[in-house]
Amino acid sequence: MAAPKFEVPKLTGYAETPALKEGATAHVKSFPASEPVQAVIGFPGGLVEDWHDKAIAKMGDLLGRYRSLRVFMDACVHCGACTDKCHYFLGSGDPKNMPVARQDLMRQVYRRHFTFAGKYFPALVGAKDLTEDMLQEWYTYYYQCSECRRCSVFCPYGIDTAEVTMAGREILDTVGIGQKYTNEIMGKVHRIGNNLGLPGPALANTLEGLEEDIFDATGAPVKLPIDVKGAEILLVTPSADFFSEPHVESLIGYAKVLHAAGASWTFSSKASEAGNFGMFIGSYENMRRAALRIREAALDLGVKRIVVGECGHAWRVAYSFWNTLVGVGTGGEDPFSIELQKQLDPRYPAPQHICEYTYELIQQGKLKFDKSLNDHRVVTFHDSCNVARGSRMGDIPGGQFIIPREVIKAVVNNYYDMAEETIGESTFCCGGGGGILSDDLMEIRVKGALPRMEAFNNVVQEHKVNFMALICAICKAQFTKVVPYYGFDMSMVGGVHQLVSTAILLEKEEE
Amino acid sequence: MSLTVLYAIVFYAATALLIGGLVAKINCYARTPAPLKIPTTPAPTTTGGVVLRMAREVALFESLFKSNKWIWMLGWLFHVSLLLVLLRHLRYFTDPVWFWVVWAQPFGKYAGFAMVAGLGGLWARRFLVDRVRYISTPSDHLMLMLLIGIGLSGLGMSFVAHTDIVSVKDFFMGLMVFDLKPLPTDPVLLVHLSLVALLMVIFPISKLLHAPGVFFSPTRNQADNPRERRHLSPWAAKLETGSKPE
Repeated sequence: MAAPKFEVPKLTGYAETPALKEGATAHVKSFPASEPVQAVIGFPGGLVEDWHDKAIAKMGDLLGRYRSLRVFMDACVHCGACTDKCHYFLGSGDPKNMPVARQDLMRQVYRRHFTFAGKYFPALVGAKDLTEDMLQEWYTYYYQCSECRRCSVFCPYGIDTAEVTMAGREILDTVGIGQKYTNEIMGKVHRIGNNLGLPGPALANTLEGLEEDIFDATGAPVKLPIDVKGAEILLVTPSADFFSEPHVESLIGYAKVLHAAGASWTFSSKASEAGNFGMFIGSYENMRRAALRIREAALDLGVKRIVVGECGHAWRVAYSFWNTLVGVGTGGEDPFSIELQKQLDPRYPAPQHICEYTYELIQQGKLKFDKSLNDHRVVTFHDSCNVARGSRMGDIPGGQFIIPREVIKAVVNNYYDMAEETIGESTFCCGGGGGILSDDLMEIRVKGALPRMEAFNNVVQEHKVNFMALICAICKAQFTKVVPYYGFDMSMVGGVHQLVSTAILLEKEEE
Repeated sequence: MSLTVLYAIVFYAATALLIGGLVAKINCYARTPAPLKIPTTPAPTTTGGVVLRMAREVALFESLFKSNKWIWMLGWLFHVSLLLVLLRHLRYFTDPVWFWVVWAQPFGKYAGFAMVAGLGGLWARRFLVDRVRYISTPSDHLMLMLLIGIGLSGLGMSFVAHTDIVSVKDFFMGLMVFDLKPLPTDPVLLVHLSLVALLMVIFPISKLLHAPGVFFSPTRNQADNPRERRHLSPWAAKLETGSKPE
């Protein structure tokens, strides 16, 4: 790791609210998207000529299409409840990273152009004109938000800054200001089918290699099938699981669980990405277009169940939005959704999280583990923001907190939770979610990880924890890169199914 | 033009603006679609559960309690006191006075002090907490001044310089049936009534819209059941039939 060009926060052992440091991260800006990148996802590249009128018109359009935005622009009373809740503020002290101030970047313009008070008494209510500088400020601070929704838990009106950030990014995209990282990846999904841009043959090749590795390590003929028509289960996972460390260890874990259960399952080269960056940029159309690949793959392959791998925002999109976007779910009454829903097995939720799938098998006693194989690990669990506050697992509210922990406890002997105010619905984002996982944003990523690192450090000191279990591809990529800044080894983070993979007992192939 | 006529016109206009403005805003919130399921989870899975969550939010300020005990205490104190004060004021608009308004009378009378104390605390935060100072706009301060002004002028009439309250009641009872009765002219009363009229006028064009807004907040009023029910807004449905959204 090269020496950072910024000051890495020190771990003090207790969570502190920083004093305001105006402009502390005003210089942290990600690379803008080029014209070809923008074109693939349907946006202009470079600031368009009539950007002012276009941006205001788009804001009006979004205010008419999203009740969330409409209500959130009006309802804030500046009470300050959210001001110390954002990990980027806590890590940087930049006041514009306070959720209310981030929202106010848009609210000022909303008031100026859409409210009586802001039109006639702008100074009184803090209304401001939309200028090029303001657009640049939007670009800076709407790409220092990971859309983790922590602020929305604590707001007395449930104002969700993620909704404002998404709207801000969509307006920016509409006038030609896009972010390279997110929009390039979005384009890869549309053109190739996954975030990494892996074509089908490369994927098949990788899976074959993994089968050999698993066989060599365990002697069990675990298969990782792809594009198998008539399979019962379609497994859709973030494409990072195919290539990145430690993601691939969880992928091996899923395969072992499915093998042990004797399941008929398959990946799909068309739906080789669970992630959906359309959500990050607030683009319903892009989000739907990416999700349509899952629907089409499910229809083509004739699967009865759809299971989603370890990925936070992907699970939010899958759980909360797939039924709306493309009819993956139940309860549809229109021909479009019925076409798919009559094919899916109604005995199982659609979609289903891999943790729900594994948990069910554990409860049925269908999996055998030797927990002592994980005895070199002392484990804690990081609730991923999108899973914690934007989705659910199981039948009861809060199941998303119970089920992954139950899976972990079934496969490890040493488990400790981090401090209560940093897990569950109050969990801190890893610092890399929502389109921030880009090297050009490393400073804000490191600073935004501070609250989680404090909580992690405390269990490391107190309980000798040496492994933080994750259920998100972005958390995994973010933490492996960022924990070294805080003096931890990158091997201290990995997936929940990595732990499952270590402890699961498989029958060896008979000679 | 006499003061009575002037205040009559002011209150008719203020009432019209308050009701008209709120109806327009609520109508706008209700008509704007919520295309995606975005409850902040863990969330109730049933409509009954949502009603309970909303009731806790509105009556107890549950989320604010989780967030910050100082803001919760001051904010809740102010709102509950305001409610008691408003209930007490119903006696000036009803004849005979409803029995439960009579019961609320002593509580409402002293709640005025708690209301002003809560407001004072909230205002102090705008100076003392650097984060809250940073986000405060002039209108945030003026709103608190306005409410404190209403509270103090009201307390002044209850405890310091009594107004001819029987005539005040006659004036408002008369207003409701378009029959003008003379309004007493002592300055504290006129200040109190002017500030109240001003509050009514700015209600539908200010952050006071948080009151109707909270009921329409999708993160709080949606049930967590996206896998079981297909939730589709009209503009999103058009994407499925191939036509462009508007």
